[in-house]
Amino acid sequence: MLDLHGYLPLILKGTLLTVEVALLSLLMAIILGLLGAAAKLSGSRGVRLLAQVYTTLIRGVPDLVLMTLIYFGGQILVNNIGDRLGWDYVDVSPFAAGVLTIGFIFGAYLTETFRGGIMAVSRGEIEAGHAYGMTPRQVFFRITLPAMVRHALPGFSNNWLVLAKTTALVSVIGLHDMVYNAGQAGGATRQPFTFYLLVALLFLVLTGVSDICLRWVERRYSVGVRKA
Amino acid sequence: MSESAEALVVEDLHKSFGSVEVLKGISLVAREHDVVSILGSSGSGKSTLLRCINLLEIPDAGNVYVHGELIRMSTKPGAARVPEDKRQVERMRSRLAMVFQQFNLWSHMTVMQNVIEAPMHVLKVPRAEAVERAEAVLQRVDMYERKDYYPAHLSGGQQQRAAIARALAMEPAMMLFDEPTSALDPELVGEVLKVIRGLAEEGRTMLVVTHEMAFARDVSTKVMFLHEGQVEEDGVPAQVFDQPKSARFRQFLAGALR
Repeated sequence: MLDLHGYLPLILKGTLLTVEVALLSLLMAIILGLLGAAAKLSGSRGVRLLAQVYTTLIRGVPDLVLMTLIYFGGQILVNNIGDRLGWDYVDVSPFAAGVLTIGFIFGAYLTETFRGGIMAVSRGEIEAGHAYGMTPRQVFFRITLPAMVRHALPGFSNNWLVLAKTTALVSVIGLHDMVYNAGQAGGATRQPFTFYLLVALLFLVLTGVSDICLRWVERRYSVGVRKA
Repeated sequence: MSESAEALVVEDLHKSFGSVEVLKGISLVAREHDVVSILGSSGSGKSTLLRCINLLEIPDAGNVYVHGELIRMSTKPGAARVPEDKRQVERMRSRLAMVFQQFNLWSHMTVMQNVIEAPMHVLKVPRAEAVERAEAVLQRVDMYERKDYYPAHLSGGQQQRAAIARALAMEPAMMLFDEPTSALDPELVGEVLKVIRGLAEEGRTMLVVTHEMAFARDVSTKVMFLHEGQVEEDGVPAQVFDQPKSARFRQFLAGALR
C-alpha cells in the first residue's frame, strides 16, 4: 500500500477541484462549440470568418501557452478596463481563469466535432421538419440536435477525455488542483513518485467512470440505428 | 356536380437553378377532392413544382394561393425573393402534408413519435389526443403493430406507409406526394400504392408526382404532363391518355407502357 503520510485528504480535495474545473469547462466548451458550429454553418460570411479565426487560432497554439496568455493577458485586460472605470485592482481568480481558458480552448475543438455531427444529419429529415411547419428553432432542437448527438459522440468523448487531462495544466497558474497538491505533498515527503502515481490512478478512475457514462449515452442515442 | 372550392391555385410559377430554368411559367388549379397527377420525364421540373408549392424551394416568380389565401412574398430590388411572413408559411406548410420519395422519417424517433411529433409541436394538439389520432392513422396504413419500431428497422414500404401516417395525422387540407414509390423495391410498390389509392378514393385532395401510369389513369381527376418546365398536356385522364394532343406525351406514354 502507498504510504501517504496523511496527505490523502489534501489530494482528494484537489481531485474535487479538478472535477469541478473539468465539468465547468466542459459546460462552457459545449456552449461555445454549439455556437461555433452554428456560426460555421451560418449563411453569413462575416460570422463564418469569425468562427474560422477562433478555431484556427486556438487549435494552432499549445494549450499551456494559451493558458498562461489568457491568465496573464486577462489580468492585464481586466485591470486596463478597471482603470478606465475607476475600479480598484482586480485579482482574476485562478479558478475562473482556468475554467475560462480550458472552456475556450475546447470550445474550438467541439466546434469542429459538432459541425461534423450536424453535417452528417440527413438533409431530408431536416427538410421534413420544415415541410411540416416547424419553426427553424423547433427543427434545430427537435430534429437536428438529437440526430446529431449520435454522430458527434465519438469525437465528443475523445475531447472530453483530453479536456479532463488538460485540467492538470491549471496547476501552473497556481490553482490547487490534485496535480498541484501532489507536487506539494511529494516535495514535503520527498516521495514525488508516490503522489504522482496516486494522481495517475485518480485520473484513470475519472476517465474510466466517464467512459462508462459515455457508453451509456451512446447506447441511448443509437437506439434507432441498425447494428452492423 | 357543382364545382368545389379551389384548394390550391398556382399562377405562372418560375424557378431557375443558376442558369438553368427549371420551371417556365406553370399554372395549376386543384379543387377540393381533386387528385392531380403530375407526370413527366426526369428533369421536367415536376418535383421542383411540388417543392415550390410549399416553399421548400423559393420560386423566382409566380403566386401560390392555398384555399384562396395568397402566400405573400417580398421582393426587394437586388435581394433574393423571400416569404414576407414566416408564420404564414409555417401555417400553410402544416396544412399541406408532404410525403417524400426518400420517406425522410425522423430516424431518432419511433414510428409513433414520428406521427405525433408535428401534431403536438406544430398544431399544439395535446399528447393524449395526438396519440389517439396516431393510432387511428397507423391502423389505416396497417402499421399499428410496428408503432414502436425505429425507421431503420423497417422495410422501405413500411417506412413510406409510416410517412403517409405522419402526413395524415396532420389532418391536412391537401397532401403532396413526391414520387412516393420511386425509391421502393418493385415488390413493395403495391402496398404503398394501395394506401394512396384508398386515400384518393375517399376524396382527399392530393397532388401526386408519379411514374405510375396505371395509378394516374385510374385514380386522378386531373393529369398534367410537364416537359422542360412547361405544361405540355393536361386534362382529365380519359381524354389525356386516350387522345393525347402532344406528340411528346405520346412518346412519353409509349416509353412508359413499353
